[in-house]
Parts: sequence; C-alpha cells; structure tokens
Amino acid sequence: MNVYAKEFNESARRYTADLRHRELIQKALAGYYAKRDEFKNRFQSWPGARDLAAEIKWEAINHLDRYLDEFVSKLEARGTKVFWAPGAQEARDYIVGVARQHQVRAIIKSKSMTAEEIHLNDALEKAGFEVVESDLGEYIVQLREEPPYHLVFPAMHLTRQQISDLFHDKLGSEPTNNPEDLTMAARRVLRRKYCKADMGISGANFAIAETGMISITENEGNARLTTSLPKIHVALVGIEKVLPRLSDLALFLPMLATAGAGQSITCYNTLYGGPRQPGEPDGPEEFHVVLLDNRRTEILADAEQRDALHCIRCGACLNVCPIFKNIGGHSYGTTYQGPIGSVITPHLRGLQDWKHLSQASSLCGACTETCPVKINLHHHLLHNRRNAVRAQPARLEKLIQSAFVLMMRRPKLYQFAARMGRLAQPLQPLVRGTILDPLRAWTKTRSFPPLAQKSFRELWRERKAS
Amino acid sequence: MTNREIILGRVREALKVAAPHPVLRDSLAAAPAATPQKWLPPVGQTMEAQIELFRQNAEALKVEFRVCANVTEAIQHVKKLAAAGGWKKIGRQRGELTDPVARELSLLEVPTDRGYAVDDLESCDAALTECEALVAQTGSVLVSAPSAGGRALSVLPPHHVVLARRNQMVPDLTTALLRVQEKFKDRWPSFLSFISGPSRTGDIERILVLGAHGPKKLTILLLP
Repeated sequence: MNVYAKEFNESARRYTADLRHRELIQKALAGYYAKRDEFKNRFQSWPGARDLAAEIKWEAINHLDRYLDEFVSKLEARGTKVFWAPGAQEARDYIVGVARQHQVRAIIKSKSMTAEEIHLNDALEKAGFEVVESDLGEYIVQLREEPPYHLVFPAMHLTRQQISDLFHDKLGSEPTNNPEDLTMAARRVLRRKYCKADMGISGANFAIAETGMISITENEGNARLTTSLPKIHVALVGIEKVLPRLSDLALFLPMLATAGAGQSITCYNTLYGGPRQPGEPDGPEEFHVVLLDNRRTEILADAEQRDALHCIRCGACLNVCPIFKNIGGHSYGTTYQGPIGSVITPHLRGLQDWKHLSQASSLCGACTETCPVKINLHHHLLHNRRNAVRAQPARLEKLIQSAFVLMMRRPKLYQFAARMGRLAQPLQPLVRGTILDPLRAWTKTRSFPPLAQKSFRELWRERKAS
Repeated sequence: MTNREIILGRVREALKVAAPHPVLRDSLAAAPAATPQKWLPPVGQTMEAQIELFRQNAEALKVEFRVCANVTEAIQHVKKLAAAGGWKKIGRQRGELTDPVARELSLLEVPTDRGYAVDDLESCDAALTECEALVAQTGSVLVSAPSAGGRALSVLPPHHVVLARRNQMVPDLTTALLRVQEKFKDRWPSFLSFISGPSRTGDIERILVLGAHGPKKLTILLLP
C-alpha cells in the first residue's frame, strides 16, 4: 500500500468515528438539500436543462482547439495578455514573474481551486510576496494553514466557536458565537487589504469563446473587489472552462447556483473582457489570463472519460456522496475532493498512486444522478479500477479468483470445501479478528453468518429417501 | 515550439479519437443551445407579470424593490433612505436618471465616471447607479462599466441604489445577454455583472450573513 493510500485510510478511519464532524456536515447539507430541491423544482425541466448543459459542454470539449483559439484571439484583441501554461511550473513561474516585474507589494486573491491545484500561494510566498485569500471560507482555512475542505464550502468542517477562537488568536477580535460578527471582523481586515493590494489573482468559472470573456461566480463580492482595485489582474483558467457562446451562460449560471449552493442564482456573476478600456474609470491596467493544461489533455485523450472535463466544479457530487459525508474532504488528500476528485486525480497525479480513491465508493451512483452536466462519475470510478489493474495486476487477488473459479467448476470440490467450511466454522471464534482468521477483514467489525448445517443437496437427498 | 502550439498540439492529438456523444432525449431537438428558456424557470409574457416576478425574486434575495410613478417619487424615496442611513457622502455615476436624484440629495459626492481615489469612494455611505437591464426570471440587475460608473462603485459602498427604467425590464437571462450583445456589438466594456441581491456569505456553518465584502443593502427603483 502506498503512502497516499495509507494516509487516506488512517484519516478516513478517524473521521468516520468522529460523531461531531458527522453531525456538523449533516446539518450543513440538510439546508443545502432543501434549497437545491426547491430551486430545481422551479425549472420547467431540470432533466432537460441537464441534457442541454451536457450537450453544450460536449460540443465545447470536443472542439476544444477551435474554441480556445477563438477565446484567446478575442481576449488579445482588447489588450489582454494571454499565457499558455503546459504545466503547473510554467504557470507559477509566469505569475511570480508578473509580480516581480511590477514590484508588487501585496497580493489579494479570490477563491480558485485551480490555484490550489498548482500550489500558487506557496510559490508566491516563497518568492517573498504576501498573498491574502479574500473569500471568507478560504481566508479562514488560510489562517488555519490547511487546505480547503470542500470545493465550494472551504470551511464547512468548522464550528463558529472554532472560527471565533481562530479570529481571536490571529486577528485579535472579540470572541463571539454570532456568525455575523465574525463575518464583519473578517470584512474589516480584508477591506484594508483590497485597498492596499497592487495585484489581484482570481480563477474563472467559464471562458466564453464567442466574446473573449471570463465569467466569475461568487456570493461575497470579494472577487469583484479583487478584480476592480489592484492595478494588475491575473486570472488562472483551466483549458476545460470554455463555453462556446455568451448565451450559454443563461443556462449555466442558474444551474451552477442551484446544483452548487442551493441558490436560484449566485449574488455576483461577472464578466471580464479585458483590462480597463479607454473611457473607463477603474479596473486593472493589465489583465493576464493564464490558460492551464497541467495534464487536462491526458483526460481529454481518454475518450471514455473525456466527459470528466465537462465538470463545472459545483461540488454537487460531494454533497450527495455517502463516502464524502463520512470521511470528510481532508481525507482525500487531493485538491478536488469527492467523486469528481476521485475520478480526475489519478489522471492529474498518477493512476497507481491514487487508484485507492476509486475504491472509496459504494457505487451507489448518487454522484452521476446529481451531476448537472451528466458526467458518468461512478462508471469512471470503475474504469479507473479496471485501468489500474490492467496496468498493474493484483497477483494475490488474481490467484484467489482463479482458485474460486476452479472450485465453482467442479461440484465435488465445491461440496468438499463447503463441508470443510462447516466443520471449521465453530473454531473460527477462537481466532476471530486475529492474523490466523482468514476472514479477518470482515470479522473485525462484523460477525460471519453461520453456514447451514446441511446443504441443499443433502436435504434434497434425505427428502427423496423418506 | 511555443507553449500555445504545445497545448493545441496535445488537444488535437487527444481529439483524434472521438468521444461518445451524450445520450440525449428527443426533446433536445426542439430546444437548441441558443434557447435554453424552455427548461429554465418560467416567465410571464406581459410587462406586469414580469415586474411582479421580479418583485418576488428580488424580495427573496433581500432586495428592496419599489416601482415609482415618477422621478419625484424616486427622489423622495432616496431622500428617506439617506436620512435613515445618515448618509453624508455618496459615490455615483453620472446619468440622466442619477443626475436629478443626486441634485436633490445635495450630499457630498464622489462621481466615479472619470476616475476617483479609492479611499474617497471607500468612505462613501452609498452608491447611486443606473444599469443595463433588470432580469425578471432571477431578480438580477445587469450592470456594465459605463452604466454603473466603473467596476468598484457598485460593490464598495455599503448601500447600492439602482435607478432603472421600465423598458429595461427583460424576461430572462437570455434576453438580457442578447440586449447587451446588440448594444455593444464588438465594443464591449471590460466589465459586466449580474448582481442578485446584496453581498452575502454562508461560509460559517452555512448561516446566511449579508454584507460579506460588498453592499449590505441593495435598493432598486423602477421608473416609468
């Protein structure tokens, strides 16, 4: 078992036994389910909307070269600087380079999972720049020096008490158990940061090819401030974010809000098409778009799983996943948690190191059913299992399987084995759960059902005889 | 080889193998990509129905929405807001709807249209802007850099007041996007935003708090 799988198992075991964690997550998600269903039901047809969304994303991803070209040429025509980053290193180097070139003093950042993926903050901090996360949840986990717990709700694993203690510690604010007071404490600190920052970094939810714009979805207004006040704006955009037409947003904005947060629409859905244009009073003098591949083209090359690139990072699959709800976001040890993370991480970071995530599934299919763009998530977990075994066969498992097949093909052998099993079972409690117990993986926490004293064949024979 | 060629090369190589097309219902043929309205929440045909739907959606988003019979009524209402909020200074965009209101308010003003000092705008008690469209389907206001005095005015002060005309009410997001597309053609402003209620967060135990980083209050006044 590799180190990632080991850490995963240990963390999963710890979280699963943590009843406080379970209660917190269940309570947070109960409100989400109710609101999500309420707003889904307002659609004339949610299934119809999903079909159309899947179709539009299919069109975009399967003509990605054409749409990327269109997106970039439109952006460049209005003075945006576009950098194509084949990997994480190139993206980090470019962004650090922009900060150095402008002798930036303070950087404000709005939420971006893509930036988490390439560990951008670490790189900027190592280069000597201060980076402050401005999304409230991200700010909280940044102060705690831990990664986001959830794609969309980074601090959903924390209680208000924990956050109050954290703010008291790090910001010197008065202890309180009122979420509003806590939010205002962060607002005061971050206001000063926005006004002082000379570089803003954001992600993007969509890249519109037709008009050369990025679209950013948020509730707090932190992304809007991040992209309004500093003199440089850098947006880090995965190449899969492309949508063909501006009008596609009319479908994707309400779907993202409903699936992602249980809202009819999020508070701010903003389109940025360039740096400050002539006649405009504010906005950055420079706008950089960093287009990131970082092995997304490997998912693209796997035609079977290509639809994983349809993902709009709404987090809906996490919210319904029985595994996520029990083991929590941090157990995954990945940037992207939950079912979508388990599908794409093996592509992004290596199949053999991350194949254990494909086993962390009950294959119930709740993720596939909830996905607004119809990614075949639970089947992709099976595809990853198959691919992992194909590349590196599990010898012991293979041996056990062939022994089983051998036995099932020979009735005499089967009967003999069943008889031996019946004889041996009374002895099993003596070794239960220990190394001598052949069934210990099962019997450590459960009892094994008793084998019938007589087989069907025996009963049948007796009956005929009488 | 440039980075662009590297990435596009990888993309083209990958796309040589076709991916299975998503399984789609027949109904999709009846609603091509450009018309998602068929699936989205329904909107009434008449202006009255749309104003009513906008009111319901806006109120659910904690927006104060008011239909004003004329400019005088709008002025009276903004004066009331100013008195209640103890406004001393407002940031504003210059336009045919905002000018008469600002004149009557006679407060300190930070007009943003030709540039401003950030600290000056940050210390304003309210922002007064116009917009591009109001969206009945979602209760959203669509603003752009020219109609909202730039990027920051509509997000920095704690109370945002929007003045809109009746003919700016559109049924849905599709129509709103089409409207700005026709208006700006290829001369897009660098910034457009659908604003749906005052700034909010649910990051602490998923409990709703208004005024996370942007305005705590949003008022929309609909003029004839």
